[in-house]
Amino acid sequence: MLARIYVTLKKGVLDPQGKAVQHSLESLGYDKVRDVRLGKYMEVKLDYSGAGESEPIVREMCEKLLANPVIEDYRFEITEE
Amino acid sequence: MKFGVIVFPGSNCDHDCYHVVKHVFKQDAEFVWHKESRLASYDCLILPGGFSYGDYLRPGAIGKFSPIMKEVRRFACDGGLILGICNGFQVLLETDLLPGAMMRNRSLKFICKDLYLRLEEDDTPFTNRGRVGDVLKMPIAHFDGNYFVDDKTLQELEENHQILFRYCDHNGDVTTDANPNGALRNIAGICNRERNILGMMPHPERCSESILGNEDGRLIFESIIDSGVGIR
Repeated sequence: MLARIYVTLKKGVLDPQGKAVQHSLESLGYDKVRDVRLGKYMEVKLDYSGAGESEPIVREMCEKLLANPVIEDYRFEITEE
Repeated sequence: MKFGVIVFPGSNCDHDCYHVVKHVFKQDAEFVWHKESRLASYDCLILPGGFSYGDYLRPGAIGKFSPIMKEVRRFACDGGLILGICNGFQVLLETDLLPGAMMRNRSLKFICKDLYLRLEEDDTPFTNRGRVGDVLKMPIAHFDGNYFVDDKTLQELEENHQILFRYCDHNGDVTTDANPNGALRNIAGICNRERNILGMMPHPERCSESILGNEDGRLIFESIIDSGVGIR
């Protein structure tokens, strides 16, 4: 199975990198950019047999290590490789 | 007093810390490799600065799972003194021994410079040699020192007098201009509720000798040694 995991800063947490990218886009002339948030994307390959079996494990991985719950949210999708 | 300096792969202030406690303050000191699963008896543990595990994922995130951290946690619960400096502070945050998290500096730049700290609490084993309002000059050197915590916990930190240092100007005024990294309320160092764990971004071990031109960091080590609280 393949878990695609997205970790982003929580809403309300200032994202200085996102702001810098936003300003850069604006300076390129993209004047309709309302907001940019940067995050991390991870691919985790798993030897479990189905999404149902993988899901609680991936959730646990996110809580324990992949995201910091103080400042970050996560979401993921699990598919066949 | 006996100090243990925890060494992670990528720690780079471990020798500075060891040198200061061993040679400047003439205390017992040992390095403790992060793979150790047993901790000898120490009075104070130092988690030094550096880039444990290359700061991969997040600073301190992987160091949290080093075998020695289980023992560090137990040591903390038993009331042992722990000083986390810079990356050591980040490890303590990731380990939940201290509340909050570090984000990238507001400027998105690695900042390495001397600045000023206002001492906010003097009734801790780490600051008892000072007085509230003292202004200390210390260097910082970090990319992720932008302290963040939720409102409720921030309130608790204030109410329980857990904020020990704030960035300030040379007069001791805590201003936005004196905040190098965007840290909430200029927070540079906090302790836990029980006051036996201190995490701070500035480096006292880099300013504890006259030959280095600044001895303001001595206050931290002298307080620890004087406190005796950690001697069990």
